[in-house]
Amino acid sequence: MPEYKELTAKQMADGVKAGKLSAVELTKEAIKLAKTEGKALNAFITICEEKALKQAAAIDALVKKGTSSPSKPLAGVPVAIKDNISYTGYATTCASHILDGYIPPYDATCVKNLIDAGAIIIGKTNMDEFAMGSSNENSFYGPVKNPVNHELVPGGSSGGSTAVVAQRIVPIAFGSETGGSVRQPAALCGVFGLKPTYGGISRYGLVAFASSTDQIGPLARTAEDIALAYQVAAGRDENDSTSVAFDHPVYSEKLTTDKKFKIGIPKEYFAEGLDDEVKQVVEEAIKLLEKAGHTFKEISLPMTERAIAVYYIITSAEASSNLARYDGVKYGLREAGDQDLMTMYSTTRASGFGAEVKRRIMLGTYVLSAGYYDAYYRKASQVRELIRLDFEKAFNEVDLIISPTSPTPAFKLGEKIDDPLTMYLSDIYTASASLAGNPGISVPFGKTKDGLPIGVQFLAPWFAELSLFQISNILQKSAS
Amino acid sequence: MPLSKEQVEQIASLARLKLSPKEIEKFASELTLILDYVEQLAEVDTAGVELKDQFITAENVFREDKSRKSLSRDEALSNAPDKDEEFFKVPKVIG
Repeated sequence: MPEYKELTAKQMADGVKAGKLSAVELTKEAIKLAKTEGKALNAFITICEEKALKQAAAIDALVKKGTSSPSKPLAGVPVAIKDNISYTGYATTCASHILDGYIPPYDATCVKNLIDAGAIIIGKTNMDEFAMGSSNENSFYGPVKNPVNHELVPGGSSGGSTAVVAQRIVPIAFGSETGGSVRQPAALCGVFGLKPTYGGISRYGLVAFASSTDQIGPLARTAEDIALAYQVAAGRDENDSTSVAFDHPVYSEKLTTDKKFKIGIPKEYFAEGLDDEVKQVVEEAIKLLEKAGHTFKEISLPMTERAIAVYYIITSAEASSNLARYDGVKYGLREAGDQDLMTMYSTTRASGFGAEVKRRIMLGTYVLSAGYYDAYYRKASQVRELIRLDFEKAFNEVDLIISPTSPTPAFKLGEKIDDPLTMYLSDIYTASASLAGNPGISVPFGKTKDGLPIGVQFLAPWFAELSLFQISNILQKSAS
Repeated sequence: MPLSKEQVEQIASLARLKLSPKEIEKFASELTLILDYVEQLAEVDTAGVELKDQFITAENVFREDKSRKSLSRDEALSNAPDKDEEFFKVPKVIG
């Protein structure tokens, strides 16, 4: 077998379909790495060895019979999924104590699509509890480490899925985003991370955090692989009424283009709080793309500075409602079961949720409570509409928007954990697009002088993922 | 304006969270900081801004009014901390 870690998902699938690579061998290698290097990073909560090996054997058998068709674009490719995505037969924990012992009785649509495409689900990855966090330190199962430097955070909340791609344990993993939880860790670990258009990938089987922004998103090491991952997962699903029937092109075959993009530089994204080295690297990317014939224009997204305030009101409100289902009755943990019902509820929830989740449930409950709804939730929803209009106006003038993904490179474990507001500002450049439903991608480009990865973000109009993959491909090629 | 201990206790009770005195103190100061930060939205002029429930798929989603396969009772009960053959079991409702 060629060096496993050097293979992209595309190369693995092509090799498997041509009978040159064995899905079982690839899967065994991925599982071996998951148990060693993945363990050192604390990146997995569960390894799905038994089912993975069965799936892989079935793929190899299909190839032997000569029946594996191009309809299996991920044939034999080991893939990891965030532990808030339901997969039957294994625990789905959301990295929370409150879901102790929970085994979902159905598969997420995204998982079904992956398996139909021939992918092998090798494990469920660690994350911030219920996807709330930007450092992956809010996990009941302990923090994930950044593969580049184990003293640093990988970012969050999809820290495990990102770390396993950066460590080359799997070529593709899936995370989820509510306000930057795929793009921000992708930037901090040096891989590609996509937040699709709201409605791009079905959320059936994704445990809900904030339903008006939650999206599943892929992580990969190349523009081609992330395009491949998205096209397999995307599409309308009758089990998620917010999923959109969009005629997706075969993205991975349309990466090469002569198109010259008109790209907006939002002045508000280069203001106070942006690390100098990150700023320099984004400016280098702009220069490189200018040389290649793309044009740039300064634009304004005036509501940028309000995005984090809007984001925390709206998503905490939705979370307080979504997380009401964890009551010690239907699944997971139950405490004080011999006392009255109300005591059982409040004791179970107090024991089962971690500090950040409690903080957001408290904030959400407060902003939705009688007398405060108009001042907080309604007001935030109105400003959210203004954020959406900012993007609408900008995309009348430009094809894409470029910015940093995260204001800083990876920071030290423990550095921001006691300061929730500073931690929340990690999402300053990603939250707006989540609130407006727009797609965004983080492209690994450049490093700090200490060798830490930096991410360049591109944002696009709804369902213009093709442009995101094309510009990612252009930047990746011109960088190498 | 700082949140009082009583306000935090009231929110915790609405959210069904049994907090320790230490947590109540911690949340009072943390939530006050966060609420102070989000106060800035009052500065934004939102007169006449209308709200949309769903902005990308601004259309109703219908399906045939026919029953579909759903979880069986056994599957639905499979994760319950306490149950019998047919029902979820809960502690007494009136204390």
